[in-house]
Amino acid sequence: MGSLFPSCSPVFRSIVETVVPDASSLGERGWGEVERIVDGSLSRRPAQVQRQLRLFLVFVQWAPVLRRGHRFISLGAGDRARWLRRLERHPLGIVRVGFWGVRTLALLGYYGREDSVREIGYAADRRGWEAQPRVRAATP
Amino acid sequence: MTRLECDVAIVGSGAGGGTVAQELSSLCRDKGLRILVLEKGPKLREDEFTGREHEMAQALYEDGGGYLTAERTMTLAFGRAYGGSTVVYTGTSLLPEERVIRGWNVPGIAVEDLCRRAAKFSEQNNVHLLPDDEINDNNRLFVEGCRALGYRAEQFPVNVKNCRGSSLCNLGCPNAAKQGTHRVQLPAAELNGVQVVTRCEVHEIGNHRLAVEVSAKAPGDKGEESAWKPGEYEVAAKLVVVAAGAVNSPALLLRSGLGRRLPRLGHGFTAHPAFILVAEHEQSITNFVGHPKSFYVDQFAASDHYFLETCMYFPFITAKSLKGFGEPHRSFMKAFPRLQMILVLACDQANEHNRVTVDGSGRPVVHYRFTNEVARGLVRGGIASARIFFAAGAKRVHMPFAEPAEIRAKEAARLDELEKEVAFRPEGLGISAAHLQGGCAMGSTSENSVTNEWGQVHGLDWLYVADASLFPNALEINPYLTIMALADRTAENIREKLA
Repeated sequence: MGSLFPSCSPVFRSIVETVVPDASSLGERGWGEVERIVDGSLSRRPAQVQRQLRLFLVFVQWAPVLRRGHRFISLGAGDRARWLRRLERHPLGIVRVGFWGVRTLALLGYYGREDSVREIGYAADRRGWEAQPRVRAATP
Repeated sequence: MTRLECDVAIVGSGAGGGTVAQELSSLCRDKGLRILVLEKGPKLREDEFTGREHEMAQALYEDGGGYLTAERTMTLAFGRAYGGSTVVYTGTSLLPEERVIRGWNVPGIAVEDLCRRAAKFSEQNNVHLLPDDEINDNNRLFVEGCRALGYRAEQFPVNVKNCRGSSLCNLGCPNAAKQGTHRVQLPAAELNGVQVVTRCEVHEIGNHRLAVEVSAKAPGDKGEESAWKPGEYEVAAKLVVVAAGAVNSPALLLRSGLGRRLPRLGHGFTAHPAFILVAEHEQSITNFVGHPKSFYVDQFAASDHYFLETCMYFPFITAKSLKGFGEPHRSFMKAFPRLQMILVLACDQANEHNRVTVDGSGRPVVHYRFTNEVARGLVRGGIASARIFFAAGAKRVHMPFAEPAEIRAKEAARLDELEKEVAFRPEGLGISAAHLQGGCAMGSTSENSVTNEWGQVHGLDWLYVADASLFPNALEINPYLTIMALADRTAENIREKLA
């Protein structure tokens, strides 16, 4: 199967921004990294998994039209979050699994970036103790 | 199609395959036998272990670390590389328990024998306890929390040499400190003349024949090229040892048509399903430096079906383990330098549903449903972990099965009622598993098992299995040394056969 992007970019980026609010400050270079990471991960998955993902993204994009009269990408931030929360807690297991899959890809794309991990203060170094101060945390 | 011959073909180079390769290698040196190890994954150069999460997960794990069960409710993490999963696991090295091995009820398998054999590999792999000054805060706080609660925290012996404390064990040690089969058993085997062929997938096993395909290294991929040219091969072997892991070993034998004569093939899959608990402290702690997995609590394994291990995972794995999204999720991720982590593992049991099958293309499919006992184990382990965090001074805990997920220290009383409130929905918990077991269980007959106590497949005296798929039931500890002990038995039986 071909890349998810750019055809699914609008809905996927909207999902990523809802899942990880900091993603709203990504420029095109950052989004390019996110999409490359996601594409790279998906390319190793069976075709059926890729098809199911595309279908779920279509569902995320168009199902809000029935309740709110707008596609997902046209909803405000609050409504997007509420819609995703509905999917997260949906009574149908298949919908919850679909949400979990899309959420996982959003997190993979964002936290797979070197800049993102630096921003949260993650600084593992192959030099280990030589690179980090040995300050023992106080305990009660 | 290239045709080759050998005396012994070993499929897989992890804890099982690497051990068999080493233990048989003297036959190459002394008797001129040809022994091949056929490994699906690549062999990475030392400088290719960068410690970057996404990059190394793609390079070293099957499906980039995201292999899903058929139900899509659990991720299975297993290695696909020269050294198999021993390249990516944390090096914890425990001996099997007498209670569990007795429960396997396999004639000829005794815990004393397994421990004796495991001790040999412990010595080879420099298994030892890390000194106190190499224990980081993430581990130390676990011990102190346990002590305050009266829980028995024990230290993991680990297989490291000159560990620098990079904390990157699960992405392949960048300092050559972790002593997996890629550092110890495989090099020893190759010195004696065993040939390890990487990027080499075995599609099917026939009567003393293996249908094999070698792939080229794709542009941008890590690892060396295979020793063999890309293409299809037919390998004729006097003896075959399948050590491709608890997912790929039963799948290979099923693809090869052995399901008809072995009704239990693929059955009895167990995994120690696990999830990560995270807590935030007031101050930064040493967590992404130092060995990540130094302590455990197993006193609840028999009574409550869970055990706890310290752990420290990387940003994406951590993010995936936190429930929800948006600001509450972000607030935990932004606290990364202040996070303490515990891994809760459930002691699952073999049952009729959980098994490995293959789809129409021959790809493995793992079917796994969570029993009530497993769900209870995970929930109780999570609650125990939260108590440990608070006893260690954490200000808040993320509890993925609670609503809301955040529990502050002053709300710790919520833990008392939590077990009753929980509606267990595995797809929201980020459950994963790395201790994959069963599928080619040992036993006495072809009706109740796949192999005998030596790993020889029932009715086929030239075909063996030598990995965790041999386990008739979950081991309740990390399986690494037990796999090596069983593989040692298999090698001994083969040496006697070839003598």
